[in-house]
Amino acid sequence: MAKKKFVVACFDDEDVLFPAVKKVRTAGYKIQDVYTPFPVHGLDHALGMRETSLHTAGFIYGITGTTTAISCISWIFTKDWPLNIGGKPHFALPAWIPIMFELTVLFAAVGMVLTFCYLCQLAPFVKKHHFHLRATDDLFVMAIECTDKTNVDDLKSFLSNNGAVETDVQIAEEGWWFGRYDNDEIPFQKSQIVAA
Amino acid sequence: MASIKEQFEVPSKLKTWSYVLIAIGLVAFIAGLITKGMSKDEHEQTIFIGTLMYNTIFWTLVCNASMFFLCVTTMAWGGWQQSFRRIPEAISTLVPIFGAITFAILMFVVFTHKHHIYHWLDTDAVAKDPILNGKSGFLNIKFFVIWTTLAIVLWSVLGWRMRQLSNEADKEPFDNQSGAKFILQNTVRAATFLVWFGLTVGSTVPWLWMMSIDAHWYSTMYSWYNFASTFVSGMSLIALWVIYLKNKGYLEYTNQEHLHDIGKFMFAFSVFWTYLWFSQYMLIWYANIPEETIYFKHRVQGPYRGSFFLNLVINFLCPLLILMKRAAKRNYTLLTFMAVLIIFGHWIDYYQQIMGSLVKDHVTLGWLDFGILLLFVGIMINQVAKALASKPLIPKYHPFLKESILHHT
Repeated sequence: MAKKKFVVACFDDEDVLFPAVKKVRTAGYKIQDVYTPFPVHGLDHALGMRETSLHTAGFIYGITGTTTAISCISWIFTKDWPLNIGGKPHFALPAWIPIMFELTVLFAAVGMVLTFCYLCQLAPFVKKHHFHLRATDDLFVMAIECTDKTNVDDLKSFLSNNGAVETDVQIAEEGWWFGRYDNDEIPFQKSQIVAA
Repeated sequence: MASIKEQFEVPSKLKTWSYVLIAIGLVAFIAGLITKGMSKDEHEQTIFIGTLMYNTIFWTLVCNASMFFLCVTTMAWGGWQQSFRRIPEAISTLVPIFGAITFAILMFVVFTHKHHIYHWLDTDAVAKDPILNGKSGFLNIKFFVIWTTLAIVLWSVLGWRMRQLSNEADKEPFDNQSGAKFILQNTVRAATFLVWFGLTVGSTVPWLWMMSIDAHWYSTMYSWYNFASTFVSGMSLIALWVIYLKNKGYLEYTNQEHLHDIGKFMFAFSVFWTYLWFSQYMLIWYANIPEETIYFKHRVQGPYRGSFFLNLVINFLCPLLILMKRAAKRNYTLLTFMAVLIIFGHWIDYYQQIMGSLVKDHVTLGWLDFGILLLFVGIMINQVAKALASKPLIPKYHPFLKESILHHT
C-alpha cells in the first residue's frame, strides 16, 4: 500500500474543533479523519462523511440467516428425514420460527462484526498507525491528507490560527498492511511516498 | 423565544372535518342502532354492541398509551420528548371522554345481562360449569364494575395530575432548587400512574374487558399483547400529530431527530407486538390442547383467516421492512403512511380479537365498523385540537427543554 503524507493537527476543545473542521473543508483540504477520545455527535455530519453501509450488509446477512434456516430445516424435516413429532405436520412452520430467528440474529451479528473489522482494518497482528496517542485520552486529532500541491507550512499555520494546539507532519501507510510497520525503517531503502 | 409560535389555533378546516367525521359516525351509529341494536335478533344485537365495544376499548387504551409514554419517558428522566410533550398530553385528555363511553357500554352489557357477550354473566351456566365456577372470584359483576370504575377514574385522575404539573413549566423560570423539586414531583406522579397502569392495562383490564368474552379460554400473555398493540398505535398517533403540527408550521424545536425516535418506538414495539403474538400462538399450537386451540380454530382455519393474517402482514411485515431504514423514520410522508397503517392494523387486530369471539361463523366487517371508527376518529381530532389550543405548545421553562432542543439521535 501506498504511503501518504499527512498534516496532523490536535485540538483540545470540541467547540474549537467544529469551526476548524468547517474552515479546513471550505479551504479545500481533504480531511482523512478526526480521531476523538469519545463519540462526538454530529462530527461525521460536519466531516461530510457518507453514511456507512454496515446496516445494509447486516440486513443481507440477516436475510441469509433466515434463508439458511428455513431451507435447511424444511429440507431435513420434509424431504430428507421426515419424522412424526406429536402428530404435527412435517412442515411445522411455527416450531421453526425461533430457530429461523436465532440464525438470523447469529448471521447478522457475526457478519456485521467481521465486516466492521474489515472496514476499520482491524485484525490480529495488524499494527495501526496512531497519529497521536492522546487521541484516546483528551485530544481531538485531525489528519489532513497532503497532495503534491499542498504547502505544508501554510497549512500548519492555518491550522494553528484556527485553534490547533499542536501540529506536525507524519508519513503513514494507508489501507491494509500486515505487520509491516516493524520493517518500516529498512536502512538504505527509501520508502516510496505517493502523494494522493 | 419571540419568533416561536407558542399558541396553536385550531384551523377551521380541521374543525369542519372533525364535525363531518362525527356526523358520519353518528349516522352510522343511529342506523346501526335501528337495524341491529333494536333488532329482536340476539345475534344482530351482539354484532352492534361488539362493534361499539372494540372501537371504544381500542381508542380508550390508545389514548391512555400516550400518557403511558409520557410517564415512562419522565421516569427515565428523558429530555427529548419535552419539545412535543403537549401532544401526548392533549391526546390523553381523551381518556375521560372515551373512558366514559367505554364505561357506559360495558355497564350496559353487564347490567342487562348480555350473556351472549360475556358468557360468565349467565349464573345458571356458571353454577353448572366447574371452569367458570373456579373463575367466579374474578369474573363476577361486582368485581367487574368496581375494577372498571377504578381503572377509568384513576387513569383520568392520575393523567390529569400529570398534565396539571406540566402547566407549571409555562409560568416562570425555575431556579436550581425549584427545578429539582419539579422534576422529583414529575417522577413521583409518573410513577403513581405507571403502577396503576401496570395493574390495569398491563394485566387485569384486557382480561376483564376482552378475554372474558371467551370465558373458558385464557392466555396470560393476552394483556401484554394488548398493551403492545395499543402502545404502538399510541406512538403512531403521536407521530401523526407531530407531523401535522410541523406541517402547519408549529413545533419549531421538534425536528427529524425527534421524529426518528418516535419512529424507532413504532418500529420496536411493532416487533415486540409480533413477539407476543407469536409466543401466544406458538405455545397454544405446540401444546395442542383443545380448550386452548378453540380460540384459534375459527381464526386460523375459519372465516377470520383473512383478517388474522392480514393483521400479521400489516403490523409486522410492513413496519419491519419499511421502517427499518433510518431514512424512512426521518421521512414525513413515509412515517405518516406507516402511522396510519399501524393504527388501522391494530384496529383490525382489535376487531378480530373481539368480533372473532362474538361472531364465530362469519366476518361482519362492514359499514357499521368503519362508521363507528370514523365517529371515534372525529371525536379524537376535535378534542385533541381543542386541548392543544388550550395551552402553549412548548413548556418553555421546563428544565429539560434545552436537552430536547439539542437532541440528536
